[in-house]
Order: sequence, then C-alpha cells, then structure tokens
Amino acid sequence: MPDTTFLDSTELVLNMGPQHPSTHGVLRVILKLDGEKVLGTDCVIGYLHRGVEKIAENRTYAQFNPYVDRMDYVAAVSNGLGYCLAVEKLLNVEAPPRAQAIRVIITELNRIASHLVWLGTHALDIGAITPVFYCLREREEALKIIEKYCGARLTTHAFRIGGLQYETYDGFEKECEAFCNWFAPKVDEYEELLSNNRIWLGRMRGVGVLNADECKEYGVTGPVLRASGVKWDLRKAQPYSGYEKYDFEIPTRENGDTYDRYIVRMQEMRQSARIVRQAAASIPDGPIMAKVGKVIKPPVGEAYVSIEAAKGELGYYVVSDGSTQPYRVRVRPPSFVNLQALDRMVRGGLIADVVAIIGTLDIVLGEIDR
Amino acid sequence: MADEQKPGGSDPPLPGGGDPPKPPAKPVPPKPAAAPPKPPATMAAVPWDSDLARDLKEHFAAEIAETSSYLGQNFLVVKPEAAIPVLEYLRLEADFDYLVDITAVDWPKRADRFDLVYVVYSFSRNERVRIKTYIADGYQPPTAVGVHLTANWLEREVFDMFGISFAGHPDMRRILMPEEWQGSPLRKDYGILQQDDRWVRENLGIESGQ
Repeated sequence: MPDTTFLDSTELVLNMGPQHPSTHGVLRVILKLDGEKVLGTDCVIGYLHRGVEKIAENRTYAQFNPYVDRMDYVAAVSNGLGYCLAVEKLLNVEAPPRAQAIRVIITELNRIASHLVWLGTHALDIGAITPVFYCLREREEALKIIEKYCGARLTTHAFRIGGLQYETYDGFEKECEAFCNWFAPKVDEYEELLSNNRIWLGRMRGVGVLNADECKEYGVTGPVLRASGVKWDLRKAQPYSGYEKYDFEIPTRENGDTYDRYIVRMQEMRQSARIVRQAAASIPDGPIMAKVGKVIKPPVGEAYVSIEAAKGELGYYVVSDGSTQPYRVRVRPPSFVNLQALDRMVRGGLIADVVAIIGTLDIVLGEIDR
Repeated sequence: MADEQKPGGSDPPLPGGGDPPKPPAKPVPPKPAAAPPKPPATMAAVPWDSDLARDLKEHFAAEIAETSSYLGQNFLVVKPEAAIPVLEYLRLEADFDYLVDITAVDWPKRADRFDLVYVVYSFSRNERVRIKTYIADGYQPPTAVGVHLTANWLEREVFDMFGISFAGHPDMRRILMPEEWQGSPLRKDYGILQQDDRWVRENLGIESGQ
C-alpha cells in the first residue's frame, strides 16, 4: 500500500536547513521536488538579523565602524573599507596615500582568506575532504599578518574613518612579500588536487549555469558575474583606495557554470597576491590619517559608495543630517542579492546540485541577514 | 531620535545594562532632536548637467523635479508615479541594465514621509545614477520587478523594514523579520529597544528579548 502512494505522488516538498552544514550558516531552503529534480525553491532568511542598519542610526559614525565587521565576518576588512570610504566621501576627505596602500594590502590578504574559506568548504560540500585542511592552514598565515597588524583575526576593525589608527609593525612589508612567495605555489597545489579531478569536474561542469544577461537581470556581481564572461570589477571600473596604481587582471570565464566560478576565484587569489606584492613593495611614506577632526560630523547630504568585496559589489548608502550620528546607513550586501539568483540556478537541476550551487555562490549569512 | 522616544515606553529603563554606549549616551540625545527638522533640501547639491540629464528632462518634462549632483554622484528626484517609467527608460534607452539597490529613508516630520531610492548602474557607460522619489505613508509605489528582477527581494526588504507595500509585487512578504512580526523596525518612531513582545512571548517562550 505505501508503494502506491509513493508512486502516485509526483511532488515533494523538502526542507533544507537552517541547521545544515552545506548551507554555510543559517540559510533555510524549501525545495519543491519531483523525484530528484528541483522544481522550485523558497529561501527563508533572517535568522541572523541583528538590525545593523538600525544600530547605525543610534551610534556615532566612529562607534558604528566596528559593527560592520560582523556582517561579512569572513572578509570583515572589506566591510570596514566600504564604510570608511562612504563616510570619507560624505566628509569629502581622502585617506593619505600611505594609508591607502596599507588598506589595499590588508583588504587583499583578507580577500585571499575569504576565498580560501570558500574553497575549503565548497570542496568539503562536494565531497573532497582534503583541501579544507590546506586552505585553513594557508588562511591562518594571512590572518596572522592581519592579527599582527591590528590585533584581531576576524572582526578586525582595521581601518578608521580618514585613514588608519595603527602604523605597520616592523617587517610588515617583508612578511607580506614572504606570504605571497609562499602562497602562490599553494594555489597550484589546490588546482592539482581539484582542477582535473574527475569527480570534481563531474559535479561542477554545466551545473548552475547563469549567463551574463541573467546575472545582470538578477544584479549578481563578483566572481559569479565574471565567470559568465562579464569583465567587470569595481577595482578597475571605478577604482578606489589607489587600486589604479597596481597592475592586475580581472579573470573571466565564458560558461558561467560552477566550474568556471571555481576557476575565476582561484585566479583571483593569484591576482590578489600580485596586488599585495606590488603594494608592499611601494608603501609611500607619510601620515596615515587625514584631517577629520575628533568629532565626525559630515555636512547634510548623502552618498552611495561601493567596493569590490570578495563576494561582489558591497555598497553603503549613508545619509547625513548634519549631526554626529548617521541618519541612515543602508548596506547593499552582495550575498543578499546574489542569493536571489539561487532559484534560477537550481531550477531543473538535481537536488545534489543544490549543495554545489549554494557553495559556489559563496554566501555569508551574517551579511545577508545583517 | 529613537533613543529619546524610548524612555516614554515601559520597557527600556529596565534593561539599561544591555545598552552599549555608556559615556556617549548623555551627549547623544539632544542632537537627534535638533537634527530632524533640517530637511534634506539643505544638501548642497549642484545641478547635474549632461546629455543624459537633458534627455531625461526632455522626455519626462515635469515628472522629473530635479536633476542634481552631490559629491560627484548624480541623482534624479522624480514624481512617485514616474519612478518606474524612468527606470524603464534608463534601462532601454541609456543601457542602465543593473539595478544596484532599492532602499528607503524615513523623515517622519515631512508630509511625504519616505525617500524611496533606486540606484542603477550601466556597465557600458560605467555610470551610476540614483533615482529618488518622495512618497507619503500609505502610498503604494508600483513595483520595479517588471523592469529588473533584482527588485523582488530588495522591495521585500523595504516592505519589511519600512512597511512600504509595493503594488503589483509578486510576493509581498517580510523577508528578514518573522512573518507575524508587528511593526516596521527602520521607521524612526520604532525604538531601538522596541520589539514585538507578543511575538517574543508566543514564539520564544520568554517575557522579553531584552
């Protein structure tokens, strides 16, 4: 008797998460299935909602700075950079060249760390257990530099509005250079493990395809967009913090599938190491703090400033009413917008691919839920 | 603003320990009180003069109230009904094919209470434009989902946080807060310690989350 009911039913609703190791945090996906085929999804998010934007309205500009690190905690430095740049824009000041160079180094090291977490966990989800150990080992070395610089590994509060609080420590440039030299061959090692691995290819080729038009339609940015053949990176398109001074490439691929996104991120790690090396070799002398005054009080106005975070375009829309507290801070998180494309990517695919596609989107729930 | 209204309520004085800004808490309240009366009009924006701005003005005439630029960032102020046609025009005629963000700003003392802000970007022109419209509380702006699919979740978030309901949206539900939650957290009259006590009691089995 149960057999007939089973055969009769064609549609099945399956709940995945919020406590599921492959959802990278507390994402809940309600899947509508026909056998193993995915007919549709509904994402339930908000489990980590802390009201960051509300908190901003009740803190001074400087007080809010540490809070932004708690959004994308895997690449916290980028959050801080975006926020500082937005407030600096409102104040109409620019960080001194020395501060900008150090910011670039720390941010790129953090991008490498973020991509390593993505690679390790993504490979783990798909069934390759080895890379995660290597990835976390290398990530630790990048985080050590950040820790030595500002005292924290993850929620760093590394930058201040107007520049930096801390000078670099002795041997900072050398350590950055040494890290790059040591790290570059490691990427080759990961690629040796994965790029031509038959299981890896089988799980990733042609899975979760998103073409360039669909990416634009859904506002998808970052490595996902670049894997669809759009050569667009805010560091090149609208350079900030002195990125125009460094020589690097924007890796792109054509197919927009999970494998291409993997290749793009691998190459981005190489490019980041390249930027770190150049920046570390040419940190200019000079002050590390612009003149912003003890009390930060931007004139009445508003600004939207965005940066290329590890996951895509991270934007801050800050409105000032002329007081010491922001009137409104809107964070445009890349993960939130990218996750919206999940439905398009998994529809018609197999349920096992949902895990691969969530991994390839590289989402951080802290940033989605804010 | 919110800090100030709270003491009127019954909850917040009790959890005083949970309120992080200890020393700055005193100097802070007077300022927000002085700030809100300043309308955004005092922003030192300059007119935005470009082919695109002229084009838009010609095409939409009185629908566009202002084409300005502040700190080198261009924005339009349009009538509420014109927001979607302008988005569509920018997309089809000027290649602004990427809707970056939709958000709102609450100005409780103003007649048209909310700023509704759209940020669009064009890959081919490498240019960003903000479209702002002032809407009254209760007005239902038409959805932008027909023009950009991204608008779906972004508008849901605006609905969730500000209680602005978009007409014609395919799925107008809360997105970050629990579905049964009462209140719109990012409105200025929603206190920072305020919460939906009933929801907390019923769903978490505790008296207060504070």
